[in-house]
Parts: sequence; structure tokens; C-alpha cells
Amino acid sequence: MCFKILILKHTSYYTMKKNNCPEITEFNPQKNYEQTRQEIGYVKRKEATKADYERIGFMSGLEVHQQLKTKEKLFCHCPAGIYHDNDDYDAEVIRHMRPTLSELGEYDGTALMEYKTRKEIVYRLNNKTACTYEVDDTPPFKIDKEALEYALEISLLCKLNIVGEVHITRKQYLDGSIPTGFQRTAILGVEGEIPLKNKKVRLIQLSIEEDSCREISDIRHTRIYKTDRLGMPLIETVTYPDMLTPDELKEAAEYIRFLNRSTGKVRVGSGAGREDVNVSCKGGTRVEIKGVSYNRMIPELSHNEAFRQWALLNVRGKLNDKIKDASKWKMQHQEIDYRDYELKYEPITDGLIDKYRIIAVNLPGFKGILSHFTQPGKIFANEISDRLKVIACLEKPNMVHSEELETKVIEENFCKLQELFDASDNDAQIIFWAPDEDIPTALETIEERCQMAFEGVPPETRKSFLDGTSIFERVLPGADRMYPDTDSAPIPLENSYIDNLSKNLPTDIIDRYKQLKTWKIPEDTFRFIFRNNLFPLIEKIIQDLKLNPTFIGTFIGHKLKFVEGHYTSAEKFEYSKIYDLFKFLIDNNLDIQLSKKMIPVVYEHPKMDFDSILTSINFKKIPKEEILSKIPFLKQKFSEIKISKNDSVAKQWIMGELQKTAIGNISPDVLAKAIEQN
Amino acid sequence: MSEDIFQGYKGKALEILKKYNVRVWGQAVIQTTRGNFEGTVLPRAENDDDIHIVLKIVTGYNIGIDIGTIKDMKETGYKKANYKIPEKEFPTTKGLPSVKLFGTGGTIASRLDYRTGAVIPAFSPGELYGAVPELADICNLTTEKVFAVFSENMGPKQYIALAKAIGEEIKNGIDGIVIGHGTDTLHHTGAALTFMVQNSPVPIVLVGSQRSSDRPSSDAALNLMHAMKTAGHSDIAEIMVCMFGPTSDEYGLLHKGTRVRKMHSSYRSTFRTIGDTPLATVDRNKITPIKQNYKHRRKDRDVDILPYFSDKVTMLYYYPGMKPDTIDSLVDSGYKGIVIVGTGLGHVNKELYPAIERANKKGVMMYMTLQTLWGYVHMFVYDTGRDMMAKGIIPAGNMLPEVAFIKLGWALGQTEDPEEVKRIMLTPINDEITTREPYNGYLIYQGGVPEVEDFVKKFRK
Repeated sequence: MCFKILILKHTSYYTMKKNNCPEITEFNPQKNYEQTRQEIGYVKRKEATKADYERIGFMSGLEVHQQLKTKEKLFCHCPAGIYHDNDDYDAEVIRHMRPTLSELGEYDGTALMEYKTRKEIVYRLNNKTACTYEVDDTPPFKIDKEALEYALEISLLCKLNIVGEVHITRKQYLDGSIPTGFQRTAILGVEGEIPLKNKKVRLIQLSIEEDSCREISDIRHTRIYKTDRLGMPLIETVTYPDMLTPDELKEAAEYIRFLNRSTGKVRVGSGAGREDVNVSCKGGTRVEIKGVSYNRMIPELSHNEAFRQWALLNVRGKLNDKIKDASKWKMQHQEIDYRDYELKYEPITDGLIDKYRIIAVNLPGFKGILSHFTQPGKIFANEISDRLKVIACLEKPNMVHSEELETKVIEENFCKLQELFDASDNDAQIIFWAPDEDIPTALETIEERCQMAFEGVPPETRKSFLDGTSIFERVLPGADRMYPDTDSAPIPLENSYIDNLSKNLPTDIIDRYKQLKTWKIPEDTFRFIFRNNLFPLIEKIIQDLKLNPTFIGTFIGHKLKFVEGHYTSAEKFEYSKIYDLFKFLIDNNLDIQLSKKMIPVVYEHPKMDFDSILTSINFKKIPKEEILSKIPFLKQKFSEIKISKNDSVAKQWIMGELQKTAIGNISPDVLAKAIEQN
Repeated sequence: MSEDIFQGYKGKALEILKKYNVRVWGQAVIQTTRGNFEGTVLPRAENDDDIHIVLKIVTGYNIGIDIGTIKDMKETGYKKANYKIPEKEFPTTKGLPSVKLFGTGGTIASRLDYRTGAVIPAFSPGELYGAVPELADICNLTTEKVFAVFSENMGPKQYIALAKAIGEEIKNGIDGIVIGHGTDTLHHTGAALTFMVQNSPVPIVLVGSQRSSDRPSSDAALNLMHAMKTAGHSDIAEIMVCMFGPTSDEYGLLHKGTRVRKMHSSYRSTFRTIGDTPLATVDRNKITPIKQNYKHRRKDRDVDILPYFSDKVTMLYYYPGMKPDTIDSLVDSGYKGIVIVGTGLGHVNKELYPAIERANKKGVMMYMTLQTLWGYVHMFVYDTGRDMMAKGIIPAGNMLPEVAFIKLGWALGQTEDPEEVKRIMLTPINDEITTREPYNGYLIYQGGVPEVEDFVKKFRK
């Protein structure tokens, strides 16, 4: 049956006979969306409680990627960490990927999917950042020693069981993000743990691997990558799915990030640390949200993913109620002539110019399913459309259907399709448009996704959006895509080597956390301190210069953080400059409060010497006695202007008058005492 | 022994496995001083040390366990891997040409060898079809494994066997022949077959791959498609090498077996025609000739198989300061022919003269080729050259050193008469010596030069 939400502007060119439409019953997709959202008990992230997550059986784990701060790439001698613009390249290379068998003789599901997409992959090479290794025209050189060492240190910090011998493995990636078609990667340790505030999280493994290309574009059958980041050393820390709320998940992500940074041997900045977030709900499937750069995004993303799965399970229930034998479910499709329909929708008319064909699909029993809630603002139909884009390479919008939340083509089209397919009231319809050669894959994709709906949640990797939703990226790869790297020999890790590395490790984040608390440094500074690995600096200032820990912690966690957010550095600002600043103040017998006035200038001009900075903030060194000698005069003056009789007001006024000259020369409490006594 | 249950393990590692009664492919729990590890015990590469055990852990990765750290070990299960490319019967399509694929080994079709940890050749039409189904749209394929050796182990025996097999196939009415071959000595075989299989009515295409077919970005599939296309559909009935033109997955080049050479140890586009242009380009849809003159496909079944080779031939790569005893020892060892690879226009130092004279007197035939690869031997320009010719060294024109070596072996396999050998050597069978070198026969672009950079960025993929 047709649903009724006519948008008026359509009626102006509405030419089809209305009586084609069977009797109209009320079906409102928007209403269905709202209703199904309520059905599954979706709550907003902010309103969600622990009970909500228990109800849906929220479970999640992390794969934390972290670039290492090495001079060179992992398997060749190109410099690491140099990036270039999309159009700054010297040459291009074109490749296609074919699936191969894993070592255990299986084809990997992702591999087959990527093969179906028939992508032409273009790599842009810049001679400064890529050599023949990056494009797989030269076998790998020996693994970068620096990288291996850094990664092992982090493995030790994660309390992992360190392997006896490192075996380089090939992990297939057929999306083209690595020109070889596989990533060279190796396990350094298994079975470790990290402590959170209230629990311990177990780690599955830590691997060292080469980073992938950065995507420039992916349109139709051409995907363009640049190779600057390709091959940079990276570690991946994988946790067990021990996190039972989005907040725990974020806490774990932060902990691992801070742990990595505590070595001072990892890269920071945009893209240097990326998380893959694995989420499932009770009865769901492990789904991996790839490449989340911001930890603050993790709670919203994982929340929505768990509920998406919860929604898909609801879809499964509905479908299996309606259709008794899912294995016999089949969709129907037929090419339609645009002249017989009212398809004045720009993406369709544009497609016709390119000789696209228009295909109608009938999905038996899918009424109310296409507009079923999946994520905020998303419905089940999006699941199909997303796969059409990725697998059949049809750019979005790539389909319209009978349950659009916003009407794109008038619904009488779908009434007509019902007739065409002799469809029942329980069916839903899709219209898509595609070039000849993509139609078989598109049909396969639609049917496959619908069949999966009877099973529940398809295992897949998803790409995240800043609004906290995600879309289909790839079929989730399994262990079947691993293959030993026949180009490299195993690397033994002797006990003496590991013992040596263990001697020079930084202290644990959890111990540092406790130390900061003992020092009475306010907790709201911790994130800034760990994120920038400033604990060692604070420790050094406290130990060497014997300064007050609370003051130093607050100075760094509040004042410095503020300055960073509001000023711009002329050159790279090194945090070690903070130490120099305090040392300067102490050596010159200046009050440390002066640091607060100096820090904005120090930050803006890291190369300026401290004396010049003092001049620039109009500081003059004045002997204490000279400042104090002005107190009687000011007392006199205050009594003349007589604002108040109150002594404390007088004290404040005098302090205010003297502050400019006093700061740095005399500490405020000494000054206050002097005023009282005078 | 029925089956090796400790594949590749030796020495101390083998003892440990035996001690704890854990087999290869057994699932094991291992307690070590570095913590516990769980996984499937994998075979060990033969050349690796004997103090580690290889384990595939549940996430699919391999790791090694130092046996010195092992405290206890227990087998909890057993699952042997079955590595097999899905085999499907190669379909026959009416109207498509029939092509025979001869397998010789090499990386065109290969799989992992746990013993050595390296790839080993694997091959059958069903496997090939399973891996490259597109082949069925190009031709009707039959295959035959002539032998399975790595490229570097190809030699005269194999050339002769191949030549005979090709002769048989042609008589049986095949439309084209493809030979899968390791790439290292592809050009040697190309030359050998040019001499041993003459006047073929059908294309004979040698093909390999620079990246083994166990890699997703392997050039094997596309090379195979190009080779099958050439063998089945091309009008060029010569012995050709078919490999990537550019490094990109774009098109292949067809090189004459006598003018081609592997020029890069690992690039996909490693094969180049030297001193001339390639015969043609080939993609999945068409063959586009570059050279206008070539030997055309014929309907008859006439072919001359000349399977001769003498292994009393050697090559000598000259270097400054080379001592006469290098030549003396070759002569004393009974070599009948020496291809000298000389400097510049074809020179060696004076110190060698007595040895050359002695060799000549003993009837050893010596031919001069060039380290420069490009250009002609020119022994009239300097006195040294004239001296050497007087001492019996024969300039081999612009014949490539490897080709001259193969041809000398082939000639000496037929006769030991120096005059006859010289006639054979200097009478080109298929452009191993050309009368002229075209201007574009020598192109080595110099990176960094602005116009070359511009070309590379815009056109060379």
C-alpha cells in the first residue's frame, strides 16, 4: 500500500494517473522511524545510564594506533613524518588488487568484497617521502631498529608477554591503502593489562606495523592515495572487550594514549594516534569503527553503534516474524523506463545523461523495515545505500525507496512498482540507477544486505562521522588474511636485550596519577599533563628547583594550557623551556609569580632570552627596600583620599598601587605583611 | 617414517617438541619465563635457527618462542592447514583460440613453502582458473608442467626439453604457446628458444611475474592475461617475452627473445628491449605493434626444432687488472667457447694477450660483447681492438652478452668447426645482431632533469 505524505510542489508536474494507486492506507515513514526508535528503547547518550548499557549488553574493545617518533620509515630509509599536499607529487602509479589465499588456505571475506568493487587505485608519489619500496617495486629493508625498540618499551609498559622471536606477517588490505595489498606487521607481545580507575583492562596484543596511505578521493571506480604517510612505524595496542560503558571505553583509550606518550618516543598531533573501536551489544556482532582520531568522539560513536546493533536485532525479529523461511527469501528486480514513471529527481536525471539504467527492486516483507530506526537520523535503507556506494561504487544519492523520511520522488511511483511486481502490502521498493557494468554487483549487494537482516548484525568495519554516527566501510576481515612475510627473516629478541630495555622505562601512568594527587595538584590539570607528557618536567622542576608542587602543577595545567589555547608560537615551543624559566627566576632571585606574566611572551617567542622578556613586560628590578619605602607615603595618600576607614581596604589599595613594581621583586605575602607592620 | 610431524625443526627445538610431545599443526599452550603463549605450532623454515618454535596465535599472527624460556608445553588440539587454491575446471568456449601453457616453475604461480619459508611453484589449469578466472574469456587453456624449477635453475637441459615440447604442440595444432617462467633468466630462455625453435607458425610467449601470485598486488594475473592474449590472438609468430611495460597495472610489452634483458632486480617493469624498440604493446583487449616488420602467424604446422647445446661455453666479465690465469684456467678446464664481456667498444687489458693467444691456439672460440649493453662492438677504432682481433677474438656486433653465450652454446652443440660456428654466430636468426640501431633504441631517462620530471609526472605511470 502507498503511504501518504504528498509534498505539494510535486503535484505541479504530477501527471501519473492517481487511480494507479491502490487504496491508500496510512503509513508514515517518519512515524515509523520514531516508533521503532522507541521500540528499541533508544536513549540519548547524555541521558543514558549504566542500566541502559546493561540492558543492551554494551561491550567494547579498542585497537589503539600510535605512530612512533622515528627518523625513518619502518621498512625503508625514507624519512618519516614529512607530509605533502594532495597535488604535490612527482609521479603516479596505478594498481589493482586481487584476493589471494591466506596461509591456512582460505580467502578472506573482505578481500572478496574489495575484489568485487573493481577499483583502479592511483598512488601519488613524492620523491621526498617515497621510494620504490612504497610502491612495492623493491623488497623491504631490515626493520627500523629505533622503531622496534620504542615499540618494545611500550610493550613492556603494557605488561605484555614479549615474544621470543618477531615474525613479520602480511595482513591483507585490498582497499588499496597499501600498494603491496598487505601491511607488514608483527606481534611483539601478548596478554598484558592496563589499570583504569575502577578495573583492570586486559590487552590481547601489541603489534608493530607500517602505516597506510592517506586517501585523497574515492569516486566511482577510482581511488586516489598519497604515499607520504605510507610505511611510517606504528604500534597497535589491542584490548579485550572489557569495557562495558562508553565512558570506560574512553578512559581506556586515554590511558593507552597517555601511556604511549609517557615514553616521549611517539608522534603527537593530528592523525598520529588513531583508535579503532570495537563494539557489540547482546546478541550483536563485533563491529569495528575505524580511525577515530579524537578520544572525545569515542563515547558517542560507541553508544550509537551499540544501539544500531540493538535496532538491527529488532529488525531481525520483525522480519523473521513475517517471513517464516528466511532461506527462501528472494527479491525481485526489473529495469524500468523513466518515461513510464515520474522520476524528476536530479541524481536520476543526471544519471540518464550518462546512460545509466534505472532498476526497480521489490523487497518482500520489508515494509516498515526500510524506515526502521538505526542511528539518530538514519534508517535501515541507509545500510543498503551505504553498501551500494562502497561495493558497487555508486555515488550517493544512489537510490530512492518507498519509505523515505524526506520525499525525493512521489510515492505514486512505488504504487506503480507494486503493480509491476504484483507486490503485497507488506513489501517495500527501491529504485536505483547505475551504469550497465555495475548493475549485477548492485543487485547482489542489495539482496545480500537484506538477507543479512534476517541474521542480525553483519560483521563490518565502519567509518565515523563527527556527529557520532557511522557508515559502512568494509566487511570485517578475519584471521584469514594473515600470511607470513617471505621477504623478511625472523628477528630474535634475546633476554639481555629485553632486560636492558626494561631498565630505562618511564614510571606507570597510574603511579604518576597517584603522585600528582599526593602533590595536591588539582585533578582538572591531569589530562593536559598526561596528554603532553609533562609529568617528567613537573617532577624535574620539583626535585631540582625545590618549588611548590601545587604551584607548578597549576601553573602548567591551567596557566600554560590557557596560553597554548590563546597565543601562537613564532617557532616550535619546547616544554623544557618551562624548566629554564623557573631556573632563571631562582638564579636571579626573582619571585616565581613573575612566571605567570612571562609565560605568554615565552610561549610566543621561544627564542627570546628571559632578560628581554622581562623588559618587554616592563619589569624593572627594584630592591625590596625601595618598594617598601613607599608604604608610608601611600598610607598618607590613602588617608587623604579617604575612600574607606577600613584597614583592609587600605591594605588592598596600597597593594594595588605597588603591585606593578612589586611583582617579581617581592612576593605578595611578604608585601602584605610589610603593609600591616608599617 | 610415514609423515614428518616436526616439519623443519632440528636440534634443540626438535628435542623440546619431542620432550613435550607437541607436533607441528598441534595447538599448544606454552608456559615461559616471559608469560604464557597459545597457538598452533607451525613448521619452521629449514635455514632458521634451532632455538625458536613458531606459533600462529589466535589473531592470525605468527610469533616465535625462545625455547630457552619454555617452562612447560602442552598439546591441546590438532588442525592441519590445507593450502589449496580453489580448483575449478577450466571452461572451454567455442570460437576462442586454444593456448597451451607450459609450466617451468617460478613465481607466475606459486605458494608458500613452510620448509624454506619461501614461495614454491604451484600450477594446474584449475588452480590458474580459480585464481585468474578472466583467462577463460581469452582462450581455451590446457597446461602441462614440463618441470618445476626456479628460474636460476633453468639450463640447457630444460631449453631442449621445452623446445621439443613446443614442437609437439605445434604439430598438434595449437594456436599459441605460453611458457610460465621465473624472471631471473627469462631472457636466457628467450634467446635459447629463438635459436632452437625456428620458423614457428604461432606465437610463443614467455611470461613471469616480479611479485609472486600470493600477493594481492602481484603482476602475475595481468601478465598471464597479456601473455594468453598474445599467444591466442596476436599475429606476431615469434619467441617473445611478455612483461609489464610500466610499473602500473596498465599494459605489457612484447620483447623479442633475443633483444630483451632484465634490468632491475625488483621492479615490475624490469624487462627492456636493448638497442631497439619492443615488438608491440599488449593490454587485455588488443595487441598494438610498435615494430612494423615481424614474422606473421601462419596456418601451416611447419616448425624447425634445433635442440642443440654444448655446455663447454662460458662467459668472462672483464675487469681492470684481470690476470691471464682467469682465461688459462678456463682453457685448461676444457671450455671450447668464451664470450668475453669487454669494456667500452669491446676491450680487455694487454696483460691478457698471451692468454688469449694461447686459448686461440688451443682452438677455443672467443667472441667479444659489451658491458655497456647498448651499442656495437667496434674493434677497429683502437689498436687494442685490432690487436685482439688478430689474436682470434671475434666481435659479436650488438649481440647482448647473455644472448651471445646462449648462441655460442647452441652453435657449439651443432659443430666444432670454428668457421661454421662463426657463420652461425654472425648470421642473425631473429635480430640478435641488428644492422642498425634506431635513435630511440637507447633511452635511459635521467631523473631530476626538469623535462624528464615533467614527463614522469604527466605520462609515466
